[in-house]
Amino acid sequence: MALIDTINPLLTTGWSKGDAGWSLKDYEARGGYAQLKRILASKMTQDEVIAEVKKSALRGRGGAGFPAGLKWSFMPKAAPEKYVVCNTDEGEPGTFKDRDLLRYDPHSTIEGMIIAAYAVGAKRGYNYIHGEIFDIYQRFEEALDQARAAGYLGERILGSDFSFDLFAHHGWGAYICGEETGLLESIEGKKGQPRYKPPFPANFGLYGRPTTINNTETFAAIPFIMGMGGEAYLNLGKPNNGGTKLFSVSGHVNRPGNYEVPMGTPFAKLLEMAGGMRGGRKLKAVIPGGSSAPVLPADVIMDCTMDYDSIAKAGSMLGSGAVIVMDETVCMVKALERLSYFYFEESCGQCTPCREGSGWLYRVVHRIEHGEGRAEDLDLLNRVTDNMMGKTICALADAAAFPVRSFIKHFKSEFEYHIEHKKCLVDPEVQRAGSGFFRASSAAGAA
Amino acid sequence: MNKQYDMLSPEALGKIDREVAKYPADQKQSAVMAALVIAQDEKGWLPKETIAVVASYLGMAPIAAYEVASFYNMYDLHPVGKYKLTVCTNLPCALSGGVHAADYVKEKLGIDFNQTTPDGKFTLKEGECMGACGDAPVLLVNNKRMCSFMFPEEIDKLLAECN
Repeated sequence: MALIDTINPLLTTGWSKGDAGWSLKDYEARGGYAQLKRILASKMTQDEVIAEVKKSALRGRGGAGFPAGLKWSFMPKAAPEKYVVCNTDEGEPGTFKDRDLLRYDPHSTIEGMIIAAYAVGAKRGYNYIHGEIFDIYQRFEEALDQARAAGYLGERILGSDFSFDLFAHHGWGAYICGEETGLLESIEGKKGQPRYKPPFPANFGLYGRPTTINNTETFAAIPFIMGMGGEAYLNLGKPNNGGTKLFSVSGHVNRPGNYEVPMGTPFAKLLEMAGGMRGGRKLKAVIPGGSSAPVLPADVIMDCTMDYDSIAKAGSMLGSGAVIVMDETVCMVKALERLSYFYFEESCGQCTPCREGSGWLYRVVHRIEHGEGRAEDLDLLNRVTDNMMGKTICALADAAAFPVRSFIKHFKSEFEYHIEHKKCLVDPEVQRAGSGFFRASSAAGAA
Repeated sequence: MNKQYDMLSPEALGKIDREVAKYPADQKQSAVMAALVIAQDEKGWLPKETIAVVASYLGMAPIAAYEVASFYNMYDLHPVGKYKLTVCTNLPCALSGGVHAADYVKEKLGIDFNQTTPDGKFTLKEGECMGACGDAPVLLVNNKRMCSFMFPEEIDKLLAECN
C-alpha cells in the first residue's frame, strides 16, 4: 500500500510514483546521493557527520528510541574491522513501514548506510531483511547493484579514499531476529538467540567486531538530515523528538497504511488522516507502538501527541510507530489471546522465564477466552509477568508481559465478565462483523 | 566436485556460491540461511540429508545447519503440498479479518492448520507477523509470494489459479 497522506514529507518524498519511482535514476533526480557526494568532496570529518546527526535528535526508529548520533559515537576509532548493519527484520506486529521504505525508495537507506559507514569507519555492511518480504529483498539487491555500478559502493567511492560495500541478508521467519544481537547471530549463520549485553554491538558486534546497527527508517532519515542540517530536522519535530516519523496505522480505520508526520502530531490528527474509524464506530483502544507496547484506552490516547515523550507519559511506548486501532467490536480477551500466542510462538527458548512464562500467559488467557477461566487467573497472570520482566537476556519477555498487564489494567471488567459468565462481553456476531471480512470485496482493497 | 553435492543442481550450487561471496572468506557459515532456502526451493522441503549436504558445502557441522533449519519458521522439515499457504492471524491482521480468512481457507480446502490436502496440492500454515498489517488479510504462497487484501472473492480466485 502506497502512502496516502502526509505532513512535511521527507522519507516519503520518493513514494509518490509508487512502484515506478524506486530506481537509482529516480532517486538521483530528487537529489539522491548529493549528500554523500558533498561529504566526500568537502572531506567532512567523521566527527562533523556524527555531530550533525546528534544535533538532529534523531532517535532510533526501530522501537528503542536511542539517539542515533550518540550510538555512532560509541564506535571505537582505532579498530581495523568494523561493520554497519541495518535492521529491516520488521516483524513487530503492526509495523509495516520499512517494507514500504525499501519498496519505494531503497536508495535513501543505502545512502544513509554509506554515510553511517563513513562516519564510523566501517568497510562492510549488511541489511537484514525480513524473510516474509522476499520480493523486497530482491528489489534491494537490485538497488545495490545499481549503486555499485554507479560507484556509490565498492572500492574508493567516487574517487575518494573511502571504501565500503553493502550486502543484503534475508531472514526466514523468526521475530527474535529483530532484537539486534539476535540479528547479528543470524547473520553469522546461527539460531537468532540474543546475546548478553554488555558488551554492546559497538564493541562486540558482527563477527565480534565493532558494529553500528540501526533501523531502516533511521538510516533513511540520514540523507535528509545531512541535506537540511541537524537543527532544521530537529525543528520539524519537537525538542528531544526530532524530525518526522512514519506511522503504520492498522486495524479498524478506514484507510490503513503508512503516514509520515512530524513528531508531536496529535493522535487525533493521525486518526483523521487514516480516514477515521471504520464504519463510524467508536474507538475503544489503541496500541501506539507495536504489539509489545502497553495498550491505551480511547480517552487516554485521544489526548496524546505522537512522540516518544508524550506516549511514555501516558504509560506506553512509541516503539516502532505501529498504531493498532481497535473499535468497540473488539473483545479485549480475544485480542490479548492473539498477542500472547504470538510471544509464546516466538520466544527463542533461551531463557526459562520467557520460554515457560510466555506459555503460561498464553494458556491462561486462552482458557479465560474459552470460558474456562478461574477467579484467581488475573492474579496468576500478573504474577507470571512479575517473574518474567527484567529477568531475561533480551526484552522479549517484557514484550510478552506488557500487553497482558496493560490489557488487564485497563479492561479488567471485561476479563472478569469472561471468567464469571464464560463468554465475551462483546456479542460474537458483533465481533464477527467487525473484521469486515464477510461483507468486504476487492473494492475495499483497491481503494 | 565432491559426489555428495550432486544432490543439488549446478544452478543451486551457483546460487549458493553467490551468497557465500557476500561474507568475509572465513565466514562461509553466514550463507547458511540463504543456502537452505535455495535447497528447499529445489527439493520442495528439507530432508536431513539435504541439510547435511548444505552444511558440508559450507564447511559446517550438520547439526549446526540443522539448528538453523529448525529454528526459523519458514524452513519445511517435512514434505508440504505443491502450494504452501501461510495465513497471518496476528492481532493487527485479525482485526481486519485474518482469522476469518484462515477459517475460510480451511473450509474451502477441508483441512486444518499444518495439514495437507489428500491430493498433495495445498498445505495450510498459521503465520506470524509478515510486516504487511495494512494490507490485511494477508497470506503467503510458497514463502515468497505475498497476497494482500485476501477477502473471500480474492481467496477463491487464488485457489482457482493454483493448478
